Amino acid sequence: MTQAQNTNHTEKLVKNSEFKERGPIGEVFRRLSKRVTAMMGLVIVVLFFISALLAPHLAPHDPYEHSLAHKLATPSWDYPLGRDELGRCILSRIIYGARISLLIGLIVISIGIFIGVPIGVVSAYYGGKVDFIVQRFVDTMLAFPGILLALLLIAILGVGLHNVMIAVGISTIPIYARLARSSVLAMKARQFVEAARSIGASNLRIILQHLIPNSLSPIIVQSTLHMATAILWAAGLGFLGLGVSPPTAEWGAMLNGGRLYIRVAYHVATFPGLMIFITVLGFNLLGDGLRDALDPRLKT
Amino acid sequence: MTGQYIIRRLLIMIPVLFGISLIIFTIVRVIPGDPAVVLAGPHATKDVVDQVRVQLGLDQHPVKQYLLFIGNIFKGDLGASNRTGLPVTKEIMARLPYTLLLALASILVATVFGVTAGIIAGVKQNSKFDYLSMLIALFGLSMPVFWLGLMLMLLFSIKLGWFPSVGAESFKHLVLPAITLGANSTAIIARMTRSSMLEVIRLDYIRTARAKGLSEKVVISRHALKNALIPVVTVIGLQTGTLLGGAVLTEIVFAWPGIGRLLVEAILSRDYPVVQGVVLVVATMFIFVNLIVDILYSYLDPRIRYH
Repeated sequence: MTQAQNTNHTEKLVKNSEFKERGPIGEVFRRLSKRVTAMMGLVIVVLFFISALLAPHLAPHDPYEHSLAHKLATPSWDYPLGRDELGRCILSRIIYGARISLLIGLIVISIGIFIGVPIGVVSAYYGGKVDFIVQRFVDTMLAFPGILLALLLIAILGVGLHNVMIAVGISTIPIYARLARSSVLAMKARQFVEAARSIGASNLRIILQHLIPNSLSPIIVQSTLHMATAILWAAGLGFLGLGVSPPTAEWGAMLNGGRLYIRVAYHVATFPGLMIFITVLGFNLLGDGLRDALDPRLKT
Repeated sequence: MTGQYIIRRLLIMIPVLFGISLIIFTIVRVIPGDPAVVLAGPHATKDVVDQVRVQLGLDQHPVKQYLLFIGNIFKGDLGASNRTGLPVTKEIMARLPYTLLLALASILVATVFGVTAGIIAGVKQNSKFDYLSMLIALFGLSMPVFWLGLMLMLLFSIKLGWFPSVGAESFKHLVLPAITLGANSTAIIARMTRSSMLEVIRLDYIRTARAKGLSEKVVISRHALKNALIPVVTVIGLQTGTLLGGAVLTEIVFAWPGIGRLLVEAILSRDYPVVQGVVLVVATMFIFVNLIVDILYSYLDPRIRYH
């Protein structure tokens, strides 16, 4: 086992000489740029960020300005995606909705990483009883399939955007804990950890300086893919009417509003859903690409 | 060996089941306010609230409350819905068959399409079919279930009139919800089958089979498939469990009378006894599905038992 790992390590060192010329980020980008799908993902993600950050400059109309006289109006030059059930500009609401989705994604992932990763690292590093207890705790959280844990947490916390973010965030903690744990377990026996310990580094130092930085790449990949899941789940909860309160422009809630009019005005539900789909696809494409670029061994 | 493995897996389940019961027990007790009022519902009279308090032992020590809670679960008593007044078990049993039917139909759709597409894509790696099916699979992974459901409804029931849009009266009612709920799993199963196929095809024993002069068809169907499908079985099993959770959104879109819809209705109306009951049932079922999958896996792949 160690021999195979050593060979692997040497290969990596050889490859690392390339790293020094470009720097790690340049290298990842070079590998990423070779894949058309990954680049498509990157473009979608960048557009999503731009739309979220520059919403007031990009939106053609005020997303909250309603006009009942024009409710459910079909797409036109002035209102390219039509108007919703209150006569509001759907395009503007979609552009503003990107802000909410981005916010949700970032907060959900931060909760997952900042709580889940330390749990996983500590669990793997100390092993034994600590590991056993933490893992049963993680098992318990993973015993709620899919969106169910988030729903349960909403039931406790109550309806609302903040609670959606907290609920989805907490549901991702066990996934990050598992990921960090397996990553650290694989690394714990490696020589650089042993070396650090032999020169007297403290546990905290080994964890912060060696284990966490070295398990970053699977976590980065997972976070990108998780942006996709977070956006999907949060939109799902919005669709169920458990998220933002009206009139906030959020994609899931927009879909929920439009669903009642699907027979008479298809566009009200179609376009917000299409945006969720494209954004999620973008993060999935980028995540797949990053996985291949950062760590080909993780390829499934 | 297998017996030992099953026993070990069963033992691991105990703390998880304990954890779930504890989480569910805690729900109503961490919500601000009097748990008896929370459980009896916002419109309950004082008498009802007092009755609930005595019934659940809410005036007693938490440990005793917990034991009473567990005892009630084993008696099949999950309390009464504070919307309808009916026993929660009755409410769940009325809805559960619909969700199971939907989940099974979805997993059937996902298995048939996912495995077929995955095998062809794997055998014909880098072909047009491979690229196209994997692209569609990625679409399937990225598609919001509720949106897919609405779009299918728009096309196949509103525009074309082939299938009814809502309800659960006939087989025809099942088609669109099953496709909607199964789409995500189809994608996951297709990707898994493909990569597993690719892995197996490179192994020595396949080369041997080819070297013996067997036709490609026999090599794939008799030799490669058997081993390639082992991890796929696991994924299919796990998806069955995940579908139980995912059914929530599909059931809302198609007004399907399952427990997912029951859960959402209960959350929106703060009907906590029902929330508790549904979550308990779904999580327990999910754990047992996982257990069955693990045991099945150890039969299919004897190596797993030694780890």
